[in-house]
Amino acid sequence: MIPVFSEIFPHAAPLRGLVGGGLIGLAAAIMLLGNGRIAGVSGLLGRTLALGGGTPWSIAASFIAGLPLGALLLSVLLGPVPAHFPPSLALLGVAGLITGIGTRLGSGCTSGHGVCGMSRLSPRSLLATATFMASGMATVALVNLAGAGW
Amino acid sequence: MSARPLLALLSGTLFGAGLALSGMMDPSRVREFLDVGGAWDPTLAFVMGGALIVMALAWGLQRRMLKPVAAERFELPGTRLIDARLIGGSALFGIGWGLGGLCPGPALASLALNPLPAAVFVAGMVLGMIVLRLFDRA
Repeated sequence: MIPVFSEIFPHAAPLRGLVGGGLIGLAAAIMLLGNGRIAGVSGLLGRTLALGGGTPWSIAASFIAGLPLGALLLSVLLGPVPAHFPPSLALLGVAGLITGIGTRLGSGCTSGHGVCGMSRLSPRSLLATATFMASGMATVALVNLAGAGW
Repeated sequence: MSARPLLALLSGTLFGAGLALSGMMDPSRVREFLDVGGAWDPTLAFVMGGALIVMALAWGLQRRMLKPVAAERFELPGTRLIDARLIGGSALFGIGWGLGGLCPGPALASLALNPLPAAVFVAGMVLGMIVLRLFDRA
């Protein structure tokens, strides 16, 4: 199975993906079972910036601070984390702007709706995740069509 | 420091490590997942699968618990409303995700490893959140 899979999808990293995903799930489980809250990044960032209520500030800010800390620790322990960013900083800024508006308007992103909501079989989260996946795929297809892929 | 912020810091740290290990901090890999018409990279589906398996078990435990380990009660989203905000906001988010190959978690985690491009994305994201807060009274 594995050689066949790697021939069809030469760039895929299924094992790292599965183990990394399991870590993400464990992280969200600690937030849920320990603190009784959803590990939704956009919501907790909004709370950290005092743009929304709900979660106590110290909990939201501690979670957000952990994200870069965890990435740094992993790169120290296991070596460089590959990353290829779009060459245009302007594009990244615009993408960030749209992401900020969209995630707050839609009450969640890949973590809150995708990981926490879908595993709870929340109809809102299932619909939200299907919507941003479809819209993301349409966006990449349109960018490719315009010859602006990177 | 009480247990709750420490648990949140542990959760965020494991979350960031998981993002780094899984390849989700590589915008080109995320972009290739969304590029279903091109050389499709299914890694993101494995990441989501791994996270969903663990979280499905956690929800099973949660239903048997009277209260969380370190807090008085579970504070979970209770709304079941499906409206234009949910759909429109999610559709907008997908556009940003497809353009940059980053969602909020990997963007914040990337501040540690690729500070310049990550900071530009995060600055845009924070600005977007503030703009929505200013013009949205709902």
